[in-house]
Amino acid sequence: MAIFVDETTKVIYQGLTGRQGSYYGGLNKEYGTQVVAGTHPKKAGTDVDGVPIYASVAEAVAATGATASCIFIPAPGVKDAVIEAAEGGIKFIVAITEGVPAHDEAWFFNKLQRDHPDVQLLGPNCPGIISPGKCNIGITAGHIAKAGGPVGIVSRSGTLTYQALYELKQKDIGVTTCVGIGGDPVPGTSFIDCLAAFEADPETKAIMMIGEIGGSAEEEAAEFIKNNVTKPVSSYVAGVTAPPGKKMGHAGAIVSGGKGTADAKMEALRDAGVLVGQNPTEAGELMAEIVAKL
Amino acid sequence: MDLFEYQGKQFFAQYGMPVSAGEIAFSVDEALAAAERLGTPVMVKSQVLTGGRGKLGGIKFAADIDAVREHATNILGLDIKGHIVERIWIEKASDIAEEYYMSFTLDRGAKKHLGMLSAEGGMDIEEVAESTPEKISKIWVDPVDGLTDELAAQWVDGAGLNPAARDGAIAIAKQLYASYSEGDADLVEINPLILTPEGKVHVLDSKVTLDGNAEFRHPDYAQYDETQTRDEREQAAHAKGLQYVGLEGSVGVIANGAGLAMSTLDVINQVGGEPANFLDIGGGANADVMAGALEVINDDKNVKAIFINIFGGITRGEEVANGILEAMKRVKIDSPIVIRLDGTNAEEGRAILAPALNDRLMMETTMLDAARRSAELAAR
Repeated sequence: MAIFVDETTKVIYQGLTGRQGSYYGGLNKEYGTQVVAGTHPKKAGTDVDGVPIYASVAEAVAATGATASCIFIPAPGVKDAVIEAAEGGIKFIVAITEGVPAHDEAWFFNKLQRDHPDVQLLGPNCPGIISPGKCNIGITAGHIAKAGGPVGIVSRSGTLTYQALYELKQKDIGVTTCVGIGGDPVPGTSFIDCLAAFEADPETKAIMMIGEIGGSAEEEAAEFIKNNVTKPVSSYVAGVTAPPGKKMGHAGAIVSGGKGTADAKMEALRDAGVLVGQNPTEAGELMAEIVAKL
Repeated sequence: MDLFEYQGKQFFAQYGMPVSAGEIAFSVDEALAAAERLGTPVMVKSQVLTGGRGKLGGIKFAADIDAVREHATNILGLDIKGHIVERIWIEKASDIAEEYYMSFTLDRGAKKHLGMLSAEGGMDIEEVAESTPEKISKIWVDPVDGLTDELAAQWVDGAGLNPAARDGAIAIAKQLYASYSEGDADLVEINPLILTPEGKVHVLDSKVTLDGNAEFRHPDYAQYDETQTRDEREQAAHAKGLQYVGLEGSVGVIANGAGLAMSTLDVINQVGGEPANFLDIGGGANADVMAGALEVINDDKNVKAIFINIFGGITRGEEVANGILEAMKRVKIDSPIVIRLDGTNAEEGRAILAPALNDRLMMETTMLDAARRSAELAAR
């Protein structure tokens, strides 16, 4: 089993006709993902490499029965795209786009929670989600992941998500699902959402969690792990050496007012019984030790 | 994007908030002319993007023109926590009866906007929050509803302000929220918000951080971007569109992805080196981007070795390799380079780089080994 998406998930791409959307949509389809439709208000009736384009999400859902969508719309349009997806009947929305204003993110997070509580948003500014061998939505290179489990991965950073998948593949360890939640201030899906889903998934036997500086998501995840997660967890937190007050690329990655340091996060995770590596390789080695004992 | 105090006040004024008349000055003469026009007494306030100006002599009251000359002379050029004062704000002085604190920012845990209001303004609010948290009135605003009249009144009533300040504070709370929300700010803060002896509530200071991601709907952000304080390296990188943060060490870093770049700094430190910078070249490591990155690193005189750390996800190894070779033809690099190339088509990429390898261009197969090698080279 996988979490959130699997081989039965039908996905529409909002922005499939764009440069990014057509490229990654094509790669996702090649991987085996059920890429069933794209949307564009003025290009209904056309297709992108055989994938039909509909004028709206609602029409695409009606025609295909899709339950997931992937957003490659430029940042100014993401707010409307998220709401259109939810109102159109999509239950799992993956927003890849980076550079979405924080006020938009806060607004649609709360709007979804209020009006569409059954909709799960992943992102924005995330690499997406891959259930290896089954479904790949977003920009992760599928071949760097080994299918089959027993490890579930959740990460805030894109390239470190790949690094984590790669470290495990090098050690011949499979992955049930790998979720990149993104580095923005208001991620639609949190570490906790993923930890809870992995805990409930019988095929996931261990969890690898990659965090970074800024905010308090890792501390909240540590608290959740302490109280709710029985499966072993290994972790790495990027940004030990990041100076306070400097944004390290991600909008959320900043140590401010002495809060959000990597040391505090690693300490909280250790307190919760998590095996914490000093770098991604070490976190991978710790996971290999965990898997060997399963 | 952090605004200077005077820019923050101009930003607030767009939303109708009461701020004092003032003018910006870059020289003593300009300060004197401004004070003449405004009429003394005035405040002479250093404009730097850091806190604690007052304690370090960066804010002075000037009763007359002679005092303006004296203070402007002293403050211009002053070093405030490493920030040299280049501009001063000359502002009509206000009589103060009471000092309050008011702010809005995102509470990332609650995923709502957090408003904080205290009757104990004028001092370090973090200290108030630490020692007497009950003196801060907090509200969480749902972004979908915004700050309603009821919530604003409840917030102000909970803060224990002078009753004379109630109506003025509620009005400013609404305006401050509007500036925060419509203006796409990450932070808006007034400290102090004052009550005058005449019973007026007035904005005496500003701290505003804008969300650069919202620039597409705020053409006025461009004027603030021009006055951002960046060191030379950061300025050069910014002009090339690179995500760069200058640090103090000697190992120059180029990586793809913010997480991997941060992780690269960590690993360099772990093996005893010191990174010179954070630099994320993003997803596409083509020759142009790589050349631009190498130029920025090469211009940093502290750099003694360069570590290029690439994990190809969608980015293909051979493209990265060609990008590095092409970039090295365009830029004469002064320091030895250590490359770690992994991920998609890494084998092909390494094969392309292999003939070019020498004691100026080295390759390691793991991130740790590459960090060790570059730290060693930088230490020589």
